[in-house]
Amino acid sequence: MALTGLEIFKLLPKKNCGECGIPTCLAFAMKLAAGQAEIDACPYVTDEVKAELSEAAAPPVRTVTIGQGEKAVKIGGEVVMYRHEKTFFNPTLIALYLSDDMPAEEVDRKIEEVKLASFQRVGQTLEANLLALEAKSGSLESYNSLISKASKINLPLILMAPVEILEKVIPDQKGRKPLIYAADLENYEKMVSLAKENNLPLVAKGKSLDEVSELTEKIKASGFKDLVIEVEAQGLAANFKNLVLIRRAAIEKKIRSLGYPALTFAFDPQGNEWKELINAAVQIVKYGGIVILSSLAPWKALPLFVLRQNIYTDPQRPLQVEEKFYRIGQADKNSPVLITTNFSLTYFIVSSEIEASKVPTWLGVVNTEGLSVLTAWSAGKFNQDTIAQFLKKQAMTDLVSHKKVVIPGYVAQLKGALEDELPGYEVIVGPREASEIPSFLKNWS
Amino acid sequence: MLVEKLLNSYSGKVKEVEIGSGGLKVGGETCLPFYLWEGEMPNKILFGLEILDQEPVDWADSLARLYQDVWKEPVEWAKKCFEMGAEFLHIRLTGTHPDSKKHDPTQAADLVEEISKAVSLPLIVYVSGNKETDAQVLQKVADRIKDSRLLLGPADEENYKLVVAPVSLTNHNVIAFSPVDINIAKQVNILIAQMGMPLERIVMDPTTGALGYGLEYTFSIMERLRLAALIQNDEMTQFPIICTVGQETWKTKEAKVSPDEEPTWGDEEKRGISWEVVTAITLMLAGANLISLRHPESLRLLKEARSEFISLGEGG
Repeated sequence: MALTGLEIFKLLPKKNCGECGIPTCLAFAMKLAAGQAEIDACPYVTDEVKAELSEAAAPPVRTVTIGQGEKAVKIGGEVVMYRHEKTFFNPTLIALYLSDDMPAEEVDRKIEEVKLASFQRVGQTLEANLLALEAKSGSLESYNSLISKASKINLPLILMAPVEILEKVIPDQKGRKPLIYAADLENYEKMVSLAKENNLPLVAKGKSLDEVSELTEKIKASGFKDLVIEVEAQGLAANFKNLVLIRRAAIEKKIRSLGYPALTFAFDPQGNEWKELINAAVQIVKYGGIVILSSLAPWKALPLFVLRQNIYTDPQRPLQVEEKFYRIGQADKNSPVLITTNFSLTYFIVSSEIEASKVPTWLGVVNTEGLSVLTAWSAGKFNQDTIAQFLKKQAMTDLVSHKKVVIPGYVAQLKGALEDELPGYEVIVGPREASEIPSFLKNWS
Repeated sequence: MLVEKLLNSYSGKVKEVEIGSGGLKVGGETCLPFYLWEGEMPNKILFGLEILDQEPVDWADSLARLYQDVWKEPVEWAKKCFEMGAEFLHIRLTGTHPDSKKHDPTQAADLVEEISKAVSLPLIVYVSGNKETDAQVLQKVADRIKDSRLLLGPADEENYKLVVAPVSLTNHNVIAFSPVDINIAKQVNILIAQMGMPLERIVMDPTTGALGYGLEYTFSIMERLRLAALIQNDEMTQFPIICTVGQETWKTKEAKVSPDEEPTWGDEEKRGISWEVVTAITLMLAGANLISLRHPESLRLLKEARSEFISLGEGG
């Protein structure tokens, strides 16, 4: 997105006054392009140029904030097409859809599901982010009663209603900073002024990429930019294509009019929940900003939340698990003690193999700052000192009545040094590969 | 139209590999997975079911209910998978491992031959991962089956010579295996190619991480392999990819534990299927050509999803 030094130079006053601390405007332009200087250092540049430059420096996908307080969420701000190029920053927001013409019991049941759909995994809480409330009955009273029901759980809202209804409910709701839905080519003037007056983010929707692009240009011309975009489409394939092309437009083709987070519905037109699961998974993997689901039963919510966590994990900073002894099965005083590192993938693979063996086991996870066994060993973070310290700190002697410790086969060379470090202990070299753990444990005596 | 400005082009193409006996091919795509508005996928992604050469010991209850009437008889099990709509069979010869000692190499070859006569599906055969027995088992199997192109492996950085030698002298294809590492993946392909294995007979297995158990690593390695194949036209990455999704997903806790143990996780069988389907669809989007599964409902759902994706190539 950044302008080149020469492009910036053309916008500067070319006085070569040096007041910015850099002798020439050209040199200053080069520094700006490299991100080593701020445009504010130039006393002579016009406000329009400042705005243009800060626009050029903005990320290709705009970041939009929805909600207020601890549950406020951000979406957009992405800078790459593929996660290995850097990372994806703001995880897809998962929203539950409710409408004011649904039977009361259905609304209650779905709200209860959202409350229950909260899972702990690798130190993170996985849960839904938004409630999307649609006014379908046409009655302000029903819509208000849906909003007050939904307010029992503390999640930001997407308010989906005609302008006339939104105008009536927003005065009470604007403090919670809901996302309002939606501006189209017909109603956008009213919608934008409502969003602007109340400082709320707004969805801009259209039937095609071209229509959405035209609409966001019009809205931007009126000075409003806190937009989420939607290309109205149904089903797996059309939504997939739109999401790929929107992200590509913003990042590879530098088309500003599509540089906003995208909203999609995962619903299946025939109400098939399995298809909805698959649609949502595709949208999470491929660039979905806000994905709206019709229900969050746990068999659907858990895999989707874990998928989102996987895709949005920073590839440069692997997830770590807590340093401690993990009790697997009904491990007791006589159970084997296995030691590994706290790289989450290592932990997951080792613990799932232990579980598969059905042999109750204590798994000691040493803090190696998220490195795997061999990497941690070569970095000096997994050796006789760190393992011995871990066993003392975590009081292995309180857990088991024996003094046998199994280390990964890849660090077999630590056996001698570790036994020197821990007099009275027997260090056993375990398998190199996790897949061999079950047969190793079955032969444990 | 904005769309016209948004199309990309690709310089590379994934190689086509023929499997089975009916001229069926996998691979051949000239675009990222399902970007059918700007390239082609001439051959479908195929979904198969996994069977073992002996009774499984640790399969989830949801799977036991489906297969326990046949899983002592691998040939019957194979027939059942065919009836359930499998497009290939992923046969794991775990019984050839010295720990199990159920089958010697000749018995393993007998079994693969019986299965190939009983069902007309392409067969993908993985040996047990034991250095002492694998090469012999592969040799026997490769020599025995003459009228169907098997996919045999895994050949990795250590054992590739022993695996590739017997396979290269037949018409069969080889699985180039790497442990979630793009550099090793490429290296194994190069080593296999240097042994004279024709390039249109290599399929890669980059190691499947299940949802929540390393999926993101497999996903990114596959994306990088596909970008290298299609955009950089790097020939040593232009091979179809197999993902053993069923095997990896059904051993996770999430696919197995009962609601008694995890009351907030909901129905066990639905959860297992959703774990398998979400893992598979994610890897489809990263470039998988062959996906092996365990649950027939996953198979059905994924075939439906595939049809919807394919509509993108028909002006959809």
